Amino acid sequence: MTRRRVFTVAAQGLGGLAGAAIVLPAVGFAVAPIFHRGKERWEVVGPIDDFVDDTYRQVVFTETEGIADAGKTLAYVRKGSKELGEDPGEIIAVSNRCAHLGCPVRFVEAAGNFICPCHGGVYDFVGKVLGGPPVRPLDRFQTRIRRGQVEIGPRYSVTSQLEPVRARDPGEFTGGVWEYLYPPRPSTFPPP
Amino acid sequence: MKLDSLIPAPLRKPAKPGSGNGVAKPAPSDLKTAPPERPSEGQQMLDRAKEAPADVLAWVDQRTAASGFLTGMLYRKVPKGTNWFYTLGSATLFAFIVQAVTGVFLAMFYVPSATEAYASISHINNEVFLGQFVHGMHKWGASVMVILIFLHMGRTFFFGAYKYPRELNWVIGVVLLILTMTMAFTGYLLPFDQRSFWASIVGININGTGPVVGPYLSDFLRAGPELGATTLARFYAIHMLLIPGALIALIGAHMYLVVKLGTTAPPWVRAQRPKVAASVSQLDAGANGGGNGRAR
Repeated sequence: MTRRRVFTVAAQGLGGLAGAAIVLPAVGFAVAPIFHRGKERWEVVGPIDDFVDDTYRQVVFTETEGIADAGKTLAYVRKGSKELGEDPGEIIAVSNRCAHLGCPVRFVEAAGNFICPCHGGVYDFVGKVLGGPPVRPLDRFQTRIRRGQVEIGPRYSVTSQLEPVRARDPGEFTGGVWEYLYPPRPSTFPPP
Repeated sequence: MKLDSLIPAPLRKPAKPGSGNGVAKPAPSDLKTAPPERPSEGQQMLDRAKEAPADVLAWVDQRTAASGFLTGMLYRKVPKGTNWFYTLGSATLFAFIVQAVTGVFLAMFYVPSATEAYASISHINNEVFLGQFVHGMHKWGASVMVILIFLHMGRTFFFGAYKYPRELNWVIGVVLLILTMTMAFTGYLLPFDQRSFWASIVGININGTGPVVGPYLSDFLRAGPELGATTLARFYAIHMLLIPGALIALIGAHMYLVVKLGTTAPPWVRAQRPKVAASVSQLDAGANGGGNGRAR
């Protein structure tokens, strides 16, 4: 190795090092939110007696802080129904975020279905897909009862058999091989 | 002719071969005996003043040697049949310049904060002098730019102008198209009204449906699991800092290649035989009485 070559390699190496020292922190800074999980958030939405097991009540609560009304979301809440094989003591909170592309669905009392205005997705009473483009049942929120008050917590998604999994974005399938094609994100909370 | 005197000689349009340099004047008959023509003092001053702009440009040219590049670029040959469709690329560039200029001025009033963005846009639209006009130029100009890009792309495709040796310019153009779409997508959220909020959610969710990397890409765009205050700041930074820099650099590369490689003739213009070849064959057929084979 000649002296000239040593200096060439050393200069290029130092230049690369200097470049990496600038680029790597910047990239890390930009992608960090992917690996960051925020604080778990629970919000009281009303006394337990407000909810029944044969229909839903709408509750509005804050899912994202710091953006005023835009951070609010809506859940349809009811008690577990014995007829459907659910635990009557539990509270079920179904998200109004359509599993197709995230439009707000509406519970239509007369039909007993959730209907999405955007592309015609239809879900049954428990949130399973009846028709249209949605790829999985409606998301749910964790719930708990503290001092007779119902509290709503983090979002989670369900498979077509209503098994809880980590929250997925709309449009992403759940269950089976899809768990690998749409992997769970570190920024979401573990399912109940 | 008058205007020419303002341009330094190296920057003037080259004369056609054989047309002379315009100074051919018959010599006076009494050339040997006549006294030399000397302009008056005032005339000399006036002449020098007339030369001043050219002198300034010449001063710059002596130090940059830019005239060779500029004459080559500005007076380059274009093929026969060049028509209005060839202006679509320049039109796209003009649309980009409009976006850049109006964007800079909108940034003087816009506040990229989730709680204040909407109010600042309302302020621009309702109270700032010509605010609605400048905002409108930026908003509608964005659509115009996307439409022009597709027309320009269609022209390039249907005229076959993407073929050798211009493939790389097609590739750069595709990257420019993607960057422009990213501009359109990130800019849409900035007013932070209902429409932009939900359109961005749908757009990010479409991104998320890409297998394996999709979910992470969504988190990257939103800076978290839900669209929040940081999302707006992130979109704003991408919209006015990250992408414009890349766009300007690539537009430079795109135009460099256009100038370097030249434009194509439309497909309906047939290639012409070089004139020299034609005259030689006539020579063969005529004067040489059938030709002897060595004339070619």
